[in-house]
Formats: sequence, structure tokens, C-alpha cells
Amino acid sequence: MAKPFDFFGGFKLTFKHLGRATVTNSYPKVKRPKQPRQHGRHVLNRYEDGMEKCIGCELCAGVCPVNCIHVRGLDNPPDHPVSPGERYGYTYEINYLRCIHCDLCVEACPTQAITESKMFEFSFTNRADAIYTKAELLVDDQGFPQRLPWEDWREGEAAMTGGWMRATSPAGDANYEGVIQWTADLGAGLRAAEAGQSGEPDDAATGSKQLRDVFTRHLERDDIPLNQRGLSGLAQAVRVKLPRRRGGDQ
Amino acid sequence: MNLFAAADPLFAHGVTGIVLLIVAIKCLIGFAVLMVAVMLMIWFERKAISDMQSRIGPQKAGPFGLLQTLADGIKLFFKEDLVPEQADRVVFKLAPYLVLVPALITFSIVPIGGTLHIGHHVVNLQVANPPIGILVMLAMSGISVYGVILAGWSSGSKYPLLSSVRASAQMISYEAALGMTIVTIILATGSLTTHDIVTSQGGSLWHWNVFRLGVVPFVVFLIAITAELNRPPFDVVEAENELVGGFHTEYSSIRFALFFLAEFMNTITMSAIMVTLFFGGPAGWVPNVSHLRWVFPIIWFLAKTIVFAFSYVWFRAALPRFRYDQVMELGWKRLIPLSLAWMLIVAGFKVAPAWGLVMGAVVLLAWTLLTRAFELGASRETGRNSVLPVVGERPLPGTVLRRYTNKEGL
Repeated sequence: MAKPFDFFGGFKLTFKHLGRATVTNSYPKVKRPKQPRQHGRHVLNRYEDGMEKCIGCELCAGVCPVNCIHVRGLDNPPDHPVSPGERYGYTYEINYLRCIHCDLCVEACPTQAITESKMFEFSFTNRADAIYTKAELLVDDQGFPQRLPWEDWREGEAAMTGGWMRATSPAGDANYEGVIQWTADLGAGLRAAEAGQSGEPDDAATGSKQLRDVFTRHLERDDIPLNQRGLSGLAQAVRVKLPRRRGGDQ
Repeated sequence: MNLFAAADPLFAHGVTGIVLLIVAIKCLIGFAVLMVAVMLMIWFERKAISDMQSRIGPQKAGPFGLLQTLADGIKLFFKEDLVPEQADRVVFKLAPYLVLVPALITFSIVPIGGTLHIGHHVVNLQVANPPIGILVMLAMSGISVYGVILAGWSSGSKYPLLSSVRASAQMISYEAALGMTIVTIILATGSLTTHDIVTSQGGSLWHWNVFRLGVVPFVVFLIAITAELNRPPFDVVEAENELVGGFHTEYSSIRFALFFLAEFMNTITMSAIMVTLFFGGPAGWVPNVSHLRWVFPIIWFLAKTIVFAFSYVWFRAALPRFRYDQVMELGWKRLIPLSLAWMLIVAGFKVAPAWGLVMGAVVLLAWTLLTRAFELGASRETGRNSVLPVVGERPLPGTVLRRYTNKEGL
């Protein structure tokens, strides 16, 4: 049953929103944190000794639903091998005019050679730039993706870019609880396992930032995480902010 | 000449060169202030409504996006100016000015401050103070609806035409309620001029018309003027989901900008008129500072006007658009009887308290009769034998289907 002053509910709601932080941000200037499993452009990984992980098996090309990957393997030259195996990826090309970022290639890869970074903001101006070859896809000596001129990389975005493995067994599967499902990033190290069904998620370790946390003030009361409600929520917000501020001073 | 002198103390010593100069300066300042105010109003509306929707709003042009309106204006100015082939060219080009010019003129009667003494000249801080006063506003809003109607008609397109039909109907419905509330105010003031209306409210808070006349005329006026402005929730004239863009569908470039300008100018002017009629205009507390005493009334006036400008934005954010028949029903069945009744009661009390009570009794009786009449009208028998179809009620698709499938219904 409608309450007598329901008519003014709209006024109340819109007025409350006046004081709230905005949901949108001025995008090209400010970026929203990317999700831990964001599918961006690929990288070809290397081992710590600089060897390439790719063995030229062409499984990624075989599984690709849009045929955007072109790989040709070649026997490793015995005097200076490229990868620690029999063969290596001699040609590796991905056509980003076709790629749908489904990550099936990442799942298919037996050596975790190909993973996806979170970078999706790239705008090439000719077709040749759309075809990434080994020269562009390979990570640099520190294990970070190369920053091409037409890609929009910001500080810190290259961290924790290791692609997600085993899409068919996400954190919901009890068998994989606590098991690390990320490939090791050369230099950037290993990301912690996701929390799964039980246990507290460690967002800092997994490199994720929940949108729920970002939009806390816009959620209905019941949808706000327990530790962010009411007074304890205020205390939590202050606690999160304080060390960061101290760190900035140093 | 005597008439002029009575209306404006500026002409008391005859019309000299200095007096003409002062008048010209007043016009110029009024025009400039209004233009800048429109620019700020559009920015304010966009910014406030985006805050209410948790967006950022204009931010790129100038500090805080303040120059966004200017940028939009320049963009519109350089766009191609189209006149549709089916359009009546002369009327099509005339219509925007028929909307814009009344909007400018209406603002001229608003007193934005007290009086200023320059030499021996007494200058009222309002562009003009004609003896017919507030009637100018009614006349101008009457003319500006011609602009809307002619714009819709001359476009040679069906949606603008529908929109202009709606505009005319809506104007007629709400102008009556508007006029009746203004009559209530004039009864209390005893004068038509805006200057007198403002000075009569000068005493204290309880002299403001909003309290002195009871809150009802103010509420009626607020609703009626919102409808008169075609602002949400009464913007059936430009209901995008029904009429594309309404009367300005076929307009582009600078002509469209003129419509836009006039709309926001009217919003500001009507906020100012509302402050003038109900909230004492520039009346308010003035600290005893020599030479600066004339500044404070202006600040009071601006503050009050901004409150109402904000309320219009708030309406837009909070209320969904009325259906067309709901707009008509609210106007004819609620506001007109209400304003008429309140006018009678106020008039009665003006004569003697006893007459006021008598009027109150009469109004109650009439209200009961009217309610009964509305009830009868709504529950009128309809069917094959009835002469008229149901008013204000559309048969649901299900009802129609049943009528066709059920043999008894046929």
C-alpha cells in the first residue's frame, strides 16, 4: 500500500544523490580499476632465464574460433636455442581485427606461453598495426608487456597482468580452492590464489578491486558488504585511507 | 506625462537626456544580466541534474564546465540552417523571435532591487514599471505561445503540428488558473504594478504573499507556471517519446538555439516573478552599511530566485512526465476550481470576515457539487447506446479484444 507521502519520494531520492560521489568518472583522464580476469591483448611470456615459453605447437591457432592466430614452429637451433625444448614458435601473429578475446588460446597453451594482459585500450590507425607479430607480443626483459605507441598504458597497469588459467575450473570449484590459477609473471611474480567459496578474499594480493567497494554509497543497505556498513564502515574507510596518505608523505 | 511620473519616480523632473541615458543603461544591464544568467542557468541545470543522477556533467569547457553553454551556442551558430521544403518560410523564420522577444520583455518588469539615488534622480532597480504591471507578464506569455504554435504549424510536419496543438491547449488551461491566482495577489495589494506588489510585502516575513494569502495560491501558481513554461513534468509539448522533438523538431542551427535560449530565459524570469509575487522580491534583512545598502536587496533577490531555479531542476529530476490527459485533468478539474475558490474566499475576507466565512461556505457547497459532477462524469454509462465515449479513460487492449470475441458484447 502506498504511503501518503510516497509522492515526495522522488524528491528525497534525487536530493540525497546530490551529495553522493559520482558513479561515472572522466574516463580518458581517470580510469576505473580493471577486473582481475579482464581479457585484454595477449603477451608471449618468457622464463626467468629469458627463454621463450612458446614451443610452436599451434594448439592456440587450432582452438581459436575466429582463426586470428597464425603460428609456425621450427626446430630450435642447437647452438643458441630460443626455447627450452625441441621446437620454438618461429612465427607468431595475432590479428586484432578478428580476435574476440575469448581466452581459449590461453587455456589451450600447454606451457602458459600465451596469456592476456588487461590492456584493451589500443587503437591502431592502419591494418598493418592490427596484426601483432612476435616482435610486439613478446614481453620485455623484466617480464612486462611492451608499450606500443598506439596503446594506452598507465602507471601500474602492467602489474598483475598474468592471464587467467583453467577457465573451466574457476574459484567456485572446491578442487581448486587455494590453488594458484595465474601464470607466474616474470619480474612481477606470482599472484595469490583467489579466495574461493570460503575464506576472506585478499584483494591486494589478487590485484582485484571490487566494483561493489567502489560504489558502496550507491548500493541498497542490504547489498553493502558487512564491514562497510554504518559506523564500522566509516572506520574501515578511514583505516584504508590512512596508511596510503602516510606512504605519500614519505 | 503624469501617468509616467506616477509609475516611475525617475520621470518626476521631466524626461531629460540624463534620464534617457539612465533608462538606456538599465535596459542594457538588464539584457546583459539576463543573457549571462541564461548561460549560467543552463550550466546549473545540467550540473545539478547530473549530480542528482550521480554523473559528472559538463566539465571540459572552462572551469567546472562553466563555458559549456557558450561552446554549445557557438557550435549551433555554425551549423547549417535548414528550412524544410514544406515549411511556410516567413512564419517559420518569425516563430523563434515570437518566443524570444516576450521572454526578454517579461523580465523587464521584475524589480531586482530597491531604489538607487543618483544625484536627484530616484532610480528603481527594474527596467520598467508600467501601470499595467503584472498583466504584461500574462500578455507576454500569451504571445510566446503564438511562437510555439506558429513554429509547429509552419514546420509542415506532423509531429510539430501535434505539439503545437498540445501547447495551445495547455496554455489555455493553465493561463486561467494563473490569472486567478494573480487576481488574488492584486486583491491583497490593491495595485497592478510589480513595484507596489513588492513594497506591500516589505514589512516582515508575515507580509510575504505566500503566508499572507495562505500557501494555496502559491502552490497553484507554482504548478501553473511550470505548465506554462512547458518544463518537466508538464513538457508534453516536447515529449521526445511521443513527438520526436515537439515543435522544434524541424529547427536547427541558430533558430533552435533561440528556442532553447527563450526556454531557459523564461525559467529564470518565472522564478523571478514567483519571488516578486510571493516572496517579497528583494525584501529581506539589510545591515546598516552606508553606501552599500542598495546591494543587499539584490543579493536577497538573487538568493530567492536561485532557490526557485533549483526547484525547477529538481522537478525535472524527480518527476516523470504527465500523460496529456492528466495534464488537462489537473488543469481544468483541480487548479481552476481551486484558484477560483481561493480567490472568492480572499475577496470575501477583504470585505469583512463574515463575508469571508460566507464565501467559504459557498465554496464548500460548490466543491461538493463539483466532486459529485466529476464522479458522475467518470462513471457515465458507455456502450453502443451512449452518445459520447468515456472521457479520460482508454479501453485496455484486453477489453477491446473481449468486445470482439464475445458475442454478447457485440
